[in-house]
Amino acid sequence: MDATAEQLLWMYEKMIEIREYEETMARVYLEGKLPPKIQKGLAFDIGAGPVPGEMHLAAGQEPVAVGVCAHLRADDTVVGAHRPHHFAIAKGVDLDAMTAEMFGKDTGLGRGKGGHMHLFDPVVKFSCSGIVGAGAPQACGAALAAKKLGRDSVAVAFFGEGAANQGAFHEALNLAALWKLPVVFVVEDNKYGISVEKSASTAIASNAERAAGYGMPGVLIERNDALAVFKVAGTAVARARRGEGPTLIEVKTDRYFGHFQGDPETYRPKGEAKELRQHDPIPVLGALVRDMGLLDANSDAGLRQRIATRVQAAYDFGRNSPYPRPEDALLHVFAE
Amino acid sequence: MTTATQAKARMLTMAQAISEATAQEMARDPRVFVMGEDVGKYGGIFSATTGLLDKFGPDRVMDTPISETGFMGAALGAAAEGLRPISELMFVDFFGVCFDQIYNHIAKNHYMSGGACKYPLVITTGIGGGYNDAAQHSQCLYSIFAHVPGLKVVVPSNAYDAKGLMTTAIRDDNPVVFLYHKGIMGLSWMSYFEGSTNEVPEEPYAIPFGEARVVREGSDVTIVTLSQMVQKSLVAAETLAAEGISAEIVDLRTLVPLDRATVLKSVAKTGRLLVADEDYLSYGLSGEIAALVAEHLDSIRLKAPVRRLAVPDVPIPFSRPLEQFAIPQVDNIVASVRGLMTAKVY
Repeated sequence: MDATAEQLLWMYEKMIEIREYEETMARVYLEGKLPPKIQKGLAFDIGAGPVPGEMHLAAGQEPVAVGVCAHLRADDTVVGAHRPHHFAIAKGVDLDAMTAEMFGKDTGLGRGKGGHMHLFDPVVKFSCSGIVGAGAPQACGAALAAKKLGRDSVAVAFFGEGAANQGAFHEALNLAALWKLPVVFVVEDNKYGISVEKSASTAIASNAERAAGYGMPGVLIERNDALAVFKVAGTAVARARRGEGPTLIEVKTDRYFGHFQGDPETYRPKGEAKELRQHDPIPVLGALVRDMGLLDANSDAGLRQRIATRVQAAYDFGRNSPYPRPEDALLHVFAE
Repeated sequence: MTTATQAKARMLTMAQAISEATAQEMARDPRVFVMGEDVGKYGGIFSATTGLLDKFGPDRVMDTPISETGFMGAALGAAAEGLRPISELMFVDFFGVCFDQIYNHIAKNHYMSGGACKYPLVITTGIGGGYNDAAQHSQCLYSIFAHVPGLKVVVPSNAYDAKGLMTTAIRDDNPVVFLYHKGIMGLSWMSYFEGSTNEVPEEPYAIPFGEARVVREGSDVTIVTLSQMVQKSLVAAETLAAEGISAEIVDLRTLVPLDRATVLKSVAKTGRLLVADEDYLSYGLSGEIAALVAEHLDSIRLKAPVRRLAVPDVPIPFSRPLEQFAIPQVDNIVASVRGLMTAKVY
């Protein structure tokens, strides 16, 4: 399946938006953390600054998110993992509310109760989880609901290659194949489960091979390329929408930042991240859309400017929003 | 009048009452469906879903693989989309293979979404020992579920309550864990306390959560209890009554929400408290109730120290004499109350 001009431009724009979002977060996140105010000798204070807590950024992994989400509608469900921003942005999660959530503000998606690993946007059916592998069975449930309700919507579970060794992953694959659920499992292989290389965690080279064990198609995408993901995901989503069952896709992708911000990255060769950036998928798609005459240098610059402004506005919104009242911690344990 | 009432009287086992509530709610609301191991043709290992497959078919009564993480996660995913799953965890002991979905997701997602997302689902599960099934199939563990914020916890002691509480559970927009004791389900293959089989109206009715029931009024001592232990306490109360000791029995019915007022009111009246519990002694329900009373000693005058009767922090053993020793029995309740009657506060 070939991408239309509109889809190509959408993927290009969303990749830029994700990258801009993550690069901005990398800067904002450091505010107030360096130098730490608490103790001498402390390199970094994770709980300080306007965006406290862990922060897992997805710069470099944009092709996975846009290549899949280009095929999704608002009523399709996406369950992401602990590194969720690229999926959320590609699925159309409200950028202001998402950013406010990371600032812990009352205007955030979860009114400051979730933070960056726990983003819930029921409008576009997006959720994610900080527990590795947990989303896969949940996507099965969304797909089961679609089937029961007679809808042609699909569910996508995104997770890292580390999650493919969790029981939840294997149980979900079996359930999806057994019940022929309209679900697509997408493994992002960014080489590392925090610090552990895939070769040290996973018995086979490609998780796509594991699909055979559950009687579903498995596809390995060897290049961190939006178009390559788009093609494979298109087939998988269409198959799911037709009611023909699940597909497992693994994409070899690149993580430009550490596992989390502040990660000393002692486990990977010096300069690896820099080298990975030499193969940045955004200019690759940019060159393609310009070659196809879909964008000229001027409009490219204009596009980037508009995106930068939009992202900045989200950060301003998050930063300037009010905090919840402390006692609001007591709210929302139960639905009324 | 009497004849008419008797003609209408209908005795159901707790298993039948749970199935009936489920069937009535499934008929009322097409979003309700049941999933779990052996809930279909088998009708549930403890008969909690008997007859449902015939009434509603395999799309709404779904046998699952032995894959608790898979189907508990699927229940959450389906609830997020607006369905109302009832997901059976065959034995509560099996929570160990799927607790991440339950306590990290089902319990917390509503909170973490700031109230934006709802997860109306019921987890039904069998609890309790007394039939020599040993340490991995005999626990109660309700305190663990009650300990985690975000789960409502229901622990019925009889068929009438079970039906009304199950109806409420299915209609609730929150995750509810509904724990039924195997020894009061009225199964044909396990001895049970007959008091748990009682009169159940055919028409649907809902019993609100957070309302304990005084199942026997008394003046000398309050026994705060739940589940099968309510039935044991009722038997014990008869023995005590013959000795001139008047025991009041409070059946908590739900642990979350907990009806603290009824407990406090009863203890204020009797001045003596025994908590009779089949869960482990430490860090659980009996400590919670004791703490509740301790926190209100400015308004309650105790005549004796609080006593707790529970499994003495050992896994449930297999052998009959060992198991009968570990799990509190009627005689233990009687002896504990007698002890309370002679004990004095400092």
